[in-house]
Amino acid sequence: MVAELTESIVKILFIFGVNIGFFSPILGWVERKQSALMQDRVGANRADICGFTIIGLFHPIADAIKVLTKEDFIPDGADRLIHTIAPFISLTPAIIAFAVIPFGGQYDLFGHRVNLIIADLDVGLLFIFAFASLASFGAVLGGWASNNNWSFLGGLRASAQMLSYEVVMGLNIIGVIMVYGTLRLSEIGAMQVDFFNWGIFLQPVGFVLFFTCAIAENKRAPFDVAEAESELVAGYFTEYSGMKFVMFWMGEFLEIVTIGGLVTTMFFGAWHLPFVSDLMLLDFFSFAGPNGASILAILVNITTFFAKVIFFIWLQMTIRWTLPRFRYDQVMRLGWKMFLPIVLINIFITGLVLLAK
Amino acid sequence: MQLLMFYIFGLGAVLSATLMVTNIKPVTAAMNLVLTMFFLAGIYVLLDAHLLAALQIIVYAGAVMVLFLFVILLLNVHEKEGATSRRKVMIQFGSVAIVGSLFITMATLAEIDPSLIKAGDVANPFGTTKAVGRLLFTDFLLPFEVASFLLLAAIVGAVILAKRRIDDSK
Repeated sequence: MVAELTESIVKILFIFGVNIGFFSPILGWVERKQSALMQDRVGANRADICGFTIIGLFHPIADAIKVLTKEDFIPDGADRLIHTIAPFISLTPAIIAFAVIPFGGQYDLFGHRVNLIIADLDVGLLFIFAFASLASFGAVLGGWASNNNWSFLGGLRASAQMLSYEVVMGLNIIGVIMVYGTLRLSEIGAMQVDFFNWGIFLQPVGFVLFFTCAIAENKRAPFDVAEAESELVAGYFTEYSGMKFVMFWMGEFLEIVTIGGLVTTMFFGAWHLPFVSDLMLLDFFSFAGPNGASILAILVNITTFFAKVIFFIWLQMTIRWTLPRFRYDQVMRLGWKMFLPIVLINIFITGLVLLAK
Repeated sequence: MQLLMFYIFGLGAVLSATLMVTNIKPVTAAMNLVLTMFFLAGIYVLLDAHLLAALQIIVYAGAVMVLFLFVILLLNVHEKEGATSRRKVMIQFGSVAIVGSLFITMATLAEIDPSLIKAGDVANPFGTTKAVGRLLFTDFLLPFEVASFLLLAAIVGAVILAKRRIDDSK
C-alpha cells in the first residue's frame, strides 16, 4: 500500500515537474529562438543577470515575473465567472492527458513492480480524446465571455475547427486500435518492441493524418484561424491579460508536448530504442545488481521517450514557422472533404490487410 | 471510499442538473449540463464501466454540448425575460414530487420483496472495451445495426433539410 502510494506520487510529481516545470516555460523560449533561427534573427537575448544571458534562457523568468505582476483585466459587459473559468478549462485537459501516456516499461524495483505510467487505464486512448474534446470549451467560452466581436468570431472558428478535426482524429486512431487490438497505451507501447512493429510502418497514412489533425486540434499555424492575428487581433484570447493569458499559452504548449507523447507512443515505438527490448537493457546493466539494473533501464527508457517527444516538439515548431496560415474555408475543406475520405479508406484497407493475415 | 465518491458525484450531478434547469442564462445552463455529464461519467467509473464513462465524456460533453453551445452562440439566444409564472413553478414542483415518491415506493418495494429488483450478477470485467465490444457484436448486433441505420437516416435528413434551405435562399 505504502509502496504503491509512493510510486504513484513520485510518478505524478515527475510528470508534473517535466510538463509544468520544464516544458511549459522552456517552450516559450524555444518558440522564440526557433522563429528567430528560421527568420535569420538573433531572437530573445536581452534578459541578463550580471551580464550573463545564457542564450536568452532568463527570458522565461522575466516573462513569469511580468505576467504575475500584470493587471488582470476583465472587460466591461463580460461574463465575469466564465471569463475567469475559460483559461482553466483549456489548461486542465492538457495537463491531465499525460496521465495515461506511458514513459517506460515495467520493472521490479526493491521487490515492487513499477509501471512507468501514471494511470494504466483500459480506455487510455479514449481518455485522451475525452479530455482533448473538452479543451474546445475553453476557447469557445473564452471567446464568448469576453464580449468582443473578434474574440467571439475566434471562439466560433475554434469550436468548428476542433469539432471537425476531432472526427478525423477519432476515426484515425481506429486504424491504430485495429492493428494493436487494444486501447491501453502501455500495451500499445509494449507491442512495439519489434522495430518493424512500430506504428509508422503499420499505419503510415495514419501517422501523417494524426499529426496534421493534432496540429489543427491544437489550433497552431498553419491552422491558427481561431487566433489569426492579422484578421481577429488575437482571436478568442484578445481580451485576456496577465496570468489568464499565459494559461491559454501554457495549454497550447502542453498540448504540443502531449501530441509529441501520443505520436511517440502510437507510431514511434514509445519508450523503445530500435531493436532493443527492455530485457536486453536489464541484461546489459546486470553489472549494477538487480535494482541498479532496473534503475538504469528506467533512466534509459525515460531518456529515449523524452528524446522522441522533444523531436516531435521540434517538428511542430518547425511546421508552425514554415507554413503560412490556411484560409478558414480551406481548413474546413481539408478536414471534411479530403481527410475524412482518406481516413475511411485507411480503415477499410487496414481491415482488409488484417483479414488477409 | 467508494461510497464517499458516489455521494460526491451524486450530489454534484443533482446540483448541477438543478442549476441547469433553473438558470436563465443559456450558456451557463449549457455549462451546467456539461458538469452533469461529468458527474455521471464519474458514477459510471465507480460502476467499473470505464468505456461507457469515456464515451459519455467524448460524445455528450465533448461533441454534443459543443454543438449545443455553438447553436446557442450563433442564434444568440437571449436570457428569458421575466420570472417564471407561478403556475409553471407549481407544475414543476408537482412533477418532481410525483417522480420522487415513485422512486421511494420502488425502493421500499425492493426492500420488502427482494425478488422484484435484482442486482444482476455481472462478470467482473464487464465494463472493459473488449467485453462491451463482444456484447455489441454478438448478442446485440441487430439493435446495434438498427441504431446505426437510424443515425445514418438522420444524417441524410439533416443534409437534405440544410441543402433545401440553401437552395431556397439563392
